Amino acid sequence: MKIIKIFLVLFLIISFSTLKSDEKNDELKIKILKNIRCLICQGQSVYDSESEFALSIKLVIDKKIKNGESEDQIYEFLREKYGDWILYNPKLHKNTYILWLLPLLLFLLGGAIIYRNLIIKKN
Amino acid sequence: MLANQIGYYSLILGLLVSVLLCGVSIKDFNNKNKQISQNILSLSFLQLVFVIVSFLSLIISFINSDFSNETVFNNSHTTKPLFYKISGTWGNHEGSLLLWLLVLTIFIFLFLIKSRKQPKKYRILTLLFQQVIIIGFFLFVLMTSNPFNYLFPIPREGLGLNPILQDPALAIHPPILYLGYVGTSIIFSSSLAAVTQSYVSKQWGQHIQKWVLVSWIFLTIGIMLGSIWAYYELGWGGFWFWDPVENVSLMPWITLTALLHCIVVLERRGVLTSWVVILSITTFTLSMCGTFLVRSGILNSVHTFANDPARGIFILIFLFVLIALSLGIFFMFHKENKKSLNNFFWLSRETSILINNWFMMYFLAVVLIGTVYPIFLDVISSEKISVGPPFYQKLIVPFLIPFLLFMSLGPRLKWIKSKIENRNSLIMIFIVSVMLTFFIIKNLTADLLFYTVLISATFFLFFTNLKELFIKKFNNISQIVSHLGFSLLILSILFNSILSSEIITNIKIGEKYDYDKGEIFFKKTEERKESNFNSIIAFFEIKDKNGKTIELKPEIRIYNQPVIITSEADIKTTLLEDKFLVMNLVKGNEYFNIRYQVKPFMVWIWISVILLSLGGLMSLFKRKI
Amino acid sequence: MKNKFSIFVIIIFLSFCFVIFYEGLNTPKTYTPKVNGKKNIQTFKVKDFDSNNYINSDKIFEDNIFYIVNIWASWCVPCRVEHPLLMELSKNQSIKIIGLNYKDNLSNAKNFINKFGNPYSKILIDSDGTLSIEFGAYGVPETFIIDKKKKIIKNYVGPINQEIVDEIKLIIK
Repeated sequence: MKIIKIFLVLFLIISFSTLKSDEKNDELKIKILKNIRCLICQGQSVYDSESEFALSIKLVIDKKIKNGESEDQIYEFLREKYGDWILYNPKLHKNTYILWLLPLLLFLLGGAIIYRNLIIKKN
Repeated sequence: MLANQIGYYSLILGLLVSVLLCGVSIKDFNNKNKQISQNILSLSFLQLVFVIVSFLSLIISFINSDFSNETVFNNSHTTKPLFYKISGTWGNHEGSLLLWLLVLTIFIFLFLIKSRKQPKKYRILTLLFQQVIIIGFFLFVLMTSNPFNYLFPIPREGLGLNPILQDPALAIHPPILYLGYVGTSIIFSSSLAAVTQSYVSKQWGQHIQKWVLVSWIFLTIGIMLGSIWAYYELGWGGFWFWDPVENVSLMPWITLTALLHCIVVLERRGVLTSWVVILSITTFTLSMCGTFLVRSGILNSVHTFANDPARGIFILIFLFVLIALSLGIFFMFHKENKKSLNNFFWLSRETSILINNWFMMYFLAVVLIGTVYPIFLDVISSEKISVGPPFYQKLIVPFLIPFLLFMSLGPRLKWIKSKIENRNSLIMIFIVSVMLTFFIIKNLTADLLFYTVLISATFFLFFTNLKELFIKKFNNISQIVSHLGFSLLILSILFNSILSSEIITNIKIGEKYDYDKGEIFFKKTEERKESNFNSIIAFFEIKDKNGKTIELKPEIRIYNQPVIITSEADIKTTLLEDKFLVMNLVKGNEYFNIRYQVKPFMVWIWISVILLSLGGLMSLFKRKI
Repeated sequence: MKNKFSIFVIIIFLSFCFVIFYEGLNTPKTYTPKVNGKKNIQTFKVKDFDSNNYINSDKIFEDNIFYIVNIWASWCVPCRVEHPLLMELSKNQSIKIIGLNYKDNLSNAKNFINKFGNPYSKILIDSDGTLSIEFGAYGVPETFIIDKKKKIIKNYVGPINQEIVDEIKLIIK
């Protein structure tokens, strides 16, 4: 239906635009730090924490950004050292396909149920 | 000491009354009388009294710092201020379970009083199903979480309450939240009762709507109080962290909101019966599931209670028994409504409510999966992952856009069949929203397209509802107010997030820090002694470009029992913005690390939630009249 | 009948969830850092404690024996508790203990060593904590075991105790 097409187009435009946005080093640093868990704190990001661990991580990230490393490279570095637990944004790999895709699948399923009960039954 | 005894035996008596109540109700069920027996009402009241007595006994033990009571010993201290001694009663696992029992018994008693016009068998069945839950909780408390355990020899001093919990918002957050959260039990029980009696109809919808509204209002306010506490107390300037415990209170809220909308359809048209029952069951199931997740120790979080696998196993089994029971009853007794959805025209208010539910269930799925997936993964593959804010934001925000649009258009549609009225004015509002948004944010953010679409959709919702107010269309005022509140909430959150700024720096006493919009001057520190903590208060003067100065006084507190160091932020709130300053000690230096945040429209987030609930309140009063 | 099928599916699904949650109650809650597989040591340049010169990482781990890397600091109280155990371990000929002095004041650190003894064959300076991140450390004290193939095979967060020392002795045989 038209509505679905419009919606899909909107969705694609928006996802695409967030990918293309320009980010300065500072914003990148803050973005990354907010995405890293402070491993010795209770539920705080490295950005929010002033613990020794957080301070060390901040210095390391700072150096890496100045060296020109990309966001993904930095996350990969941290994953290698500390495991997936340290990243708040679960990476899309074999362990997390279900995590990311299941809600979307359920959305489509819900749509299908409504469509079938509403439109088909009407006829 | 005496209070301990009274409290404990009250619980046992309450349990016995529950069992008695079940017996009397079953007997009365087959009785030919039109009304239920007075005994049932009296017994239900008696049950409530026993629970109240037990609860009061625990409060008295806390006030008296009676450390012969293990719960009081673990969670209180003689130097605690009185207000927090009292609120400490429900700030721990055992005490909060008494709160569960209190709300469960209050609600069933009120239900019996307020449902005299309802069919007798339905009322009795509701009572019975509720008793299943109540007995379950009595057993849970008495077997695994007794608040009246003895300690001998009697300790001189208690282990203290976590100082972060000594906050007024947090003190009243559990009672209010529970009135919502636990209140969904009555919806659960009554839905099951209605299903067995084939009573899921327009009439039942009208009757149950009040209870759904009451739960919903309390749950909304309860969640808001938790957020307010996190903002003022946790010191990071955030108000929602997608923490498991927060998610666990949000999930029943989502289904309850969906239910609220479906009941409207049920009332008007008598359809969507199966879905309403499923939502009712799901809402309470999610409440129980939430209780399991935060009390069993299965999840890591800032706010989980003390862990004990035995408790976890009990709740887990209890939870699944309830699920099995409810699903069993649903499948056995539910008859498909014959005149079902055949009368739905695609462009109608019913459809828009269906679409609302569709999106709500998606949001629920995101939050549920995000919260429990790490558990599944850990058990299956021993891999530990974190699911944090980025996950929820990425999956929820894009879907908000169509959601907001449907929310704007849906209420404008008529029941059964509709064409979009006032097409031109709607289009005009849409164009105005887009232009206004673009004009406001063009210089503010890099993600221009994304934010323009999102904020325009929100403004569209805002203006379409505002228009209704202006043209004095008051017949749906409660819905307009709530939707207005929701649009305001999204707007406040978005603008707050775009416009907030933060400065982090290390600073010494007497030092001035210059930044682009002004300067921060660290004047001095003072020391202060309170009954249960010592504190260092820092005086900061912040001057902006126009020369206006404000004083902010963040504190570092050192509590004495248990020894914990906390940072207390100082926040100056105005309608326009919040100024937030928090400081931390830096190891080994005379420097302090400070974070200064300017957060525009922060207080509007709370105002909009209040507006949201106000709509619900208005709807409640409209019905009573 | 379709209804029977959907009931069956629901029962299976719920049983699955029940089992998962039940098992979930029994798995350890705190994230104990596991060294998944063996990790390589990063190459790095670091200042040596005694000479105050920069040395290369490959020069540090050059012998064909087990190495223990211990992160410590003079201001760290648990480090004092584990120090005697480190002294005992240092007597073992088949290992060398490398100390990583974490966010410390040089003279305080030297005093610590003079007062409590030196179990370290070499001490490296990590003044800002960034080197410990290269090892995947959480803080101080922390101890890593590096095998003869120059891979990190185990780490212990927090001070070591007698149990851990016994475990280490088994590993290095």
